[in-house]
Amino acid sequence: MSTLTATFNKFLPTITNTRTIFAKELKSFFNSAVAYVVIVVFLSIIGWFFTNNLFLMNTASLRLFFELTPLIFLFVIPAITMRLLAEEKKSGTIELLTTKPLNDAEIVLGKFFAAWALIALALLPSVLYYITIASLGSIDNGPVVGGYIGLLLMAGVYVSVGIFASSVTDNQIIAFILGFLFVFFFFILDKVLFYVPEFLTGILEFLGVDYHFANIARGVIDSRDIIYFLTLMGFMLYLSVVSLERRKW
Amino acid sequence: MSITVNNLTKYYGSEKAVNDISFSVHKGEILGFLGPNGAGKTTTMKIITCYLPPSSGSVEVDGLSVEKESLRVRRKIGYLPELNPLYLDMNVVDYLEYCARLHNIQNTTMKSRLREMIDVCGLTTVRHKDIGELSKGYKQRVGLAQAMIHDPEVLILDEPTSGLDPNQIVEIRNLIRRLGKAKTVILSTHILSEVQATCDRVVIINEGSIVANGTPEELQQQFQGTTKYAVEVKAAVNDPMSDIFPKLKAIEHIDTVMYEGQEGANYRFTLQSTRGIDVREQIFRQSVAENWVLMELSKQTISLEDVFRKLTQAQNN
Repeated sequence: MSTLTATFNKFLPTITNTRTIFAKELKSFFNSAVAYVVIVVFLSIIGWFFTNNLFLMNTASLRLFFELTPLIFLFVIPAITMRLLAEEKKSGTIELLTTKPLNDAEIVLGKFFAAWALIALALLPSVLYYITIASLGSIDNGPVVGGYIGLLLMAGVYVSVGIFASSVTDNQIIAFILGFLFVFFFFILDKVLFYVPEFLTGILEFLGVDYHFANIARGVIDSRDIIYFLTLMGFMLYLSVVSLERRKW
Repeated sequence: MSITVNNLTKYYGSEKAVNDISFSVHKGEILGFLGPNGAGKTTTMKIITCYLPPSSGSVEVDGLSVEKESLRVRRKIGYLPELNPLYLDMNVVDYLEYCARLHNIQNTTMKSRLREMIDVCGLTTVRHKDIGELSKGYKQRVGLAQAMIHDPEVLILDEPTSGLDPNQIVEIRNLIRRLGKAKTVILSTHILSEVQATCDRVVIINEGSIVANGTPEELQQQFQGTTKYAVEVKAAVNDPMSDIFPKLKAIEHIDTVMYEGQEGANYRFTLQSTRGIDVREQIFRQSVAENWVLMELSKQTISLEDVFRKLTQAQNN
């Protein structure tokens, strides 16, 4: 029974500890240049491609923005997450952290929410695009709301995947490359359907991130898509906790 | 608040890092954990602080198992890991506050607690600096402050003075001595004078096994075994082996006599007596009786360093 409680405690995070880790990590994004670099890179790339084509297309929609952002995520999110656990392992601070009275799930969750929040903050200025376009012509709000929810969920999955990549190594470069590969794998899944046997297409499509994102970005918020994103996040975070616990094997 | 280690064994893969060790530390005691590099000191400390699980055996802190009650054990322990890892991009106050929050120190007491630790550890002048900018001595103090921020009952310090200059070493030692009075402290080191200066008790560990356990004085006595004397006499004799040797040997309590050599009319010997008995007076009287001139008579004591070398080299070779 006591082992059962111990196992349970190990994975049951408390809000206080998670919040402490979250606050520290978010602050350290802003203390180092990471946060500003991410926000600037994000806004300039998106801003350029978005406004460049906006007047060519001559329609009041954010479609381009929602098509481009997932591509930027592929690079930016692994870059944000690569140091989260790898650096702690490299510098030995993981030993400090794990000998404090908190469980590994709190460490992983705190870092996850911090990176997720940073993405959300980087997305925030793009609301200006919406305001600009909405003032230029009539805009369909459904896909916009859906698009933002979809982007956040997609970012959540990518962050959790990136954290897992960071948990398996103590080298940030390797963490970045692995993170990019894993993220790219989920991104590409529903784009290779043409090359795979027919009985696999359904499964691959369902596993692909873009398929679910596209559903939500149409403005149709289906519980199946939400469950897909949340399950994948949960699973990757669980794997990260297990990977942290590897030191005990 | 005691720590009990029972038959602790730890394997890394197939390599045995710690081999069936048992010891205990009582409240208010400072235990010195001594051993050459790679002896298993750090591994043992990592197990006590719940960083690694034991392969077999048990560790209890205040009666709580490190495996089953890990969170409760960690609340009681302050830990300074080997090499003192720190977040170099945080400033001192922020870092200590972060550690304090992880120990659930409430907002109401946070300020006073931080001020106290900064005060005690002498960090006032650098409190707003980034840790990465600090000198090694200051970093070490930050590490100690971090370990003690929640006023833990148990302190585990892995080589707290490594890499410091002699002045800083004395400072850190005094700090540990002062703070250790009301706490249970385990501190590891391979510097022997450190043990003599700070510790109440010593555990010497070599190749994963405990080879000695006791107060520094006890260990010295235990390994003294016999007492040695260096004797040099000036005598008009033909053959030291037949004229001096047997007469020294005849002195009561002298077990062995070794002839070391000759310089002119001076003959040198090393004598060994039974432990705890001082035979210098008898040697003097014998010399007078035989009409030798006593040029040198000294008692040689064994240092903790000798004990350490004896214990850890015998097995290595």
